[in-house]
Amino acid sequence: MLDVRKLSKAFAGFVAVDAVSLAVETRQTTAVIGPNGAGKSTFFNLITGHLRPDSGQVLLDGRDITGTPPHRICRLGIGRSFQRTNIFTRLSVLENVQAALLAHRGRGHDFWSRSERFYRDEAEELLGSIGLAHQADSTAGTLAYGNQKQLELGIALASDPQVLLLDEPTAGMSATETREAMKLLERIAGERGLTLIFTEHDMEVVFSIAEKIAVLHQGRVLAKGTPAEVRADAEVRRVYLGERP
Amino acid sequence: MAASFLFSQFVGGLTTAMFLFLIASGLSLVFGVMRVVNFAHGTFYMLGAYLAWQAVQWLSPTGENFWPAALLAALGIAVLGAVVERLLLRHLYGREELYQLLFTYALVLILGDAAKFIWGTGQLSVTRPPVLAASLHLFGAEVPLYNLFIMILGPLIALGGWLVLNRSGAGRLVRAASYDREMLDALGANVGTIYTGMFVVSAFLAGLSGALVTPIESVVPGMDVEIIVQAFIVVVIGGLGSFWGTFWGSVIYGQVLSFGILIFPGFSLFSVFALMAVILIIRPWGLFGRPIR
Amino acid sequence: MNRVALGRSIPWTLVVFLIAVWVPALGSRYDTFLGTQIAIDALFVVSLNLLLGTTGLVSFGHAAYFGIGAYACGILMKTYGVPFVIAFPAAALIAAFFALIFGFFCVRLSALYFAMLTLAFAQIVWAICFKWNAVTGGDEGLPNIPYPKLDWISSLPGLGDLSIADEFYLLTILMVALSFAILRQVIRSPFGRMLTTIRDNPERAAFIGLNVRAYELAAFVVAGGFAGLAGALYGIFNRGAFADYVFWSKSAEVLIMTILGGINYFWGPPVGAFALVWLNQEITSYTQYWPFVLGVVLLVLLFGFPGGIVGGLVAGYERLRRMLRPRHA
Repeated sequence: MLDVRKLSKAFAGFVAVDAVSLAVETRQTTAVIGPNGAGKSTFFNLITGHLRPDSGQVLLDGRDITGTPPHRICRLGIGRSFQRTNIFTRLSVLENVQAALLAHRGRGHDFWSRSERFYRDEAEELLGSIGLAHQADSTAGTLAYGNQKQLELGIALASDPQVLLLDEPTAGMSATETREAMKLLERIAGERGLTLIFTEHDMEVVFSIAEKIAVLHQGRVLAKGTPAEVRADAEVRRVYLGERP
Repeated sequence: MAASFLFSQFVGGLTTAMFLFLIASGLSLVFGVMRVVNFAHGTFYMLGAYLAWQAVQWLSPTGENFWPAALLAALGIAVLGAVVERLLLRHLYGREELYQLLFTYALVLILGDAAKFIWGTGQLSVTRPPVLAASLHLFGAEVPLYNLFIMILGPLIALGGWLVLNRSGAGRLVRAASYDREMLDALGANVGTIYTGMFVVSAFLAGLSGALVTPIESVVPGMDVEIIVQAFIVVVIGGLGSFWGTFWGSVIYGQVLSFGILIFPGFSLFSVFALMAVILIIRPWGLFGRPIR
Repeated sequence: MNRVALGRSIPWTLVVFLIAVWVPALGSRYDTFLGTQIAIDALFVVSLNLLLGTTGLVSFGHAAYFGIGAYACGILMKTYGVPFVIAFPAAALIAAFFALIFGFFCVRLSALYFAMLTLAFAQIVWAICFKWNAVTGGDEGLPNIPYPKLDWISSLPGLGDLSIADEFYLLTILMVALSFAILRQVIRSPFGRMLTTIRDNPERAAFIGLNVRAYELAAFVVAGGFAGLAGALYGIFNRGAFADYVFWSKSAEVLIMTILGGINYFWGPPVGAFALVWLNQEITSYTQYWPFVLGVVLLVLLFGFPGGIVGGLVAGYERLRRMLRPRHA
């Protein structure tokens, strides 16, 4: 599905991502973990076109998408959520999702229709599936933090992605909220047949839902494999899981 | 074409350039550190000129006390800058840039009219300080000593400014601030004090250049808008927030203006606008600026 | 919190138009004069607000397109004798064309740099208008732009004999009303919705699949075109096109009108235009220090009412409604 080959990026001499390769199969759930500054966010930004890699390739279904601008990447079927909550704060919840649907279906050039008439049912259905139906008319900026995160997921889903990149989807959430959010994610990924790639601090979450884990450390891949393999890796235990041999 | 003509054009351009540098550097400094485009910077310049004229009248109208009068005027404008920043501008930092922009524009309107109210709309002039009243003959052209003084003062202030920015602790903080505001917070620096300091230094420079221009140009309403547009072109050419960009931007501006007369007689400003347009198209962030998107 | 639905269903453009039609019949010649000025400025500010309030772009050089419209219409009508029905839309197209060229460079930059670049281009336009004597009349301007043929208005049933100023007023409010209807529709369209997503969050907007710069440029061109229409009307109204129309103070003035009325509402900026034009007329009969008064108004606005007049009224209305409505458990 998504095949990242030897991706590298340096900022002013500091190598943030160093020849990282990662192959992800369809419908697989992959976690990218690593300490702060390991290069996780940069890695995501390289895949989604927010940054241009110095070298390496990103292949989606065998097609080279390296260096394609973000709005095209989005259209090719990669959705993403951001670490900082990224919604349209002054629009209503429904309008947020409607806007994403309009953009994705290439309706944005339409000068002559009324925007609120488009995809209402679809938007409401989508809000229902992420549990925000009752908030449809609220202004997005006034939602509680957890709900804003849900809405962000809704916006990403509106683009009908095959691959979904989530940068710390549970950052700032309580333990209960985190469990809820991950349950929602698993359900939606299952229903829609999504390929998920996410970064996460909470190891409990990671080891419970990831089918594959890649450990980044100082911009390099320290280890990758199934949760069991990663858990058993001596290097990972030493550097990351904080155990002494 | 006579060499003396070319030389006097060159000197004229350089004098203009050094004045513009004094003014534009303050504008650029405030933008670089505070991300505020201060439209009132030209008004500070004009008020500096009016204050200098006023101080000369008080001290002695014959001109021997020009230097203390100029310093007094510059200090007066520095105080005005402190008041404006502490009492008003400060409250707008958290808001969108539009509000800061319009705030400085409100100052242009209010202070400009206040100056008209106090000093009227006539032309006021100040005689050249006696020490520099003479002229020098160079390559067949007559160069007033006062212009020579300005041409030396400009680079000196540029060098001094560069040394402060690059060699002192305060300068490091200022540069850090122009790169990344969060970094400044992380350094634990007192951002409020730095902002006030920058605004005051910038106002002082504007006031000083206003005072220093009085022996060459008469003081009239409208000189604020005229100068801010020019300073603005300089920083756009050199790159907003870039110190050396402002210096070279001024030099280029002055020379293009001087020699543009040969291409567009009667409207040399056009050659400057043409230059600006070309630079904007090739490097929208200016010759020495950093691209920010 | 539910968003204000206040007056959503009322076709305000039609209502205001139907009221404004009566000004020549019921008001003085001076009222008609003021009305024409307000209507033209209202169109100018609404075009600016497509950038400011809808797309979140601060243009400090919007007067450029207003001025280009005025010169284009004036030159076509006066120098080449082109009739108004052609010169008027042509003015919009020419202004939009310049907006396309300048905008192409401006949208490459963000926030303050965008504002500065729009201002720089406007000053370039000003310099050209000011000095290109052969075409624009230079600092003399382009005086004596002819009135369009408007006899047909007086021959409409029920209107009777109108002065040329009254006829031009009626033409102006008709053009402005039509423009409002179009712009209102554009803002409500999917295209307008995309612009609001860019205003709220350009980064996210790119990642729902929008080419942000292309949309910004499109908004810039539309705004420039309608500013050109306003300028074309203003040139005829003022019997000439002058370099002042393009100067930065004009750009600042429309910005002030726009936020004075309130950028978050379609009808905010026209209210601001109304307030400022009226205030200007009142003040200038007492004192020559209009800039001073304008500056003070601006300060009060910035520190006291950042939401503008309409923003303040809506907030007041909301508070009143909440106070009057019995609390539900």
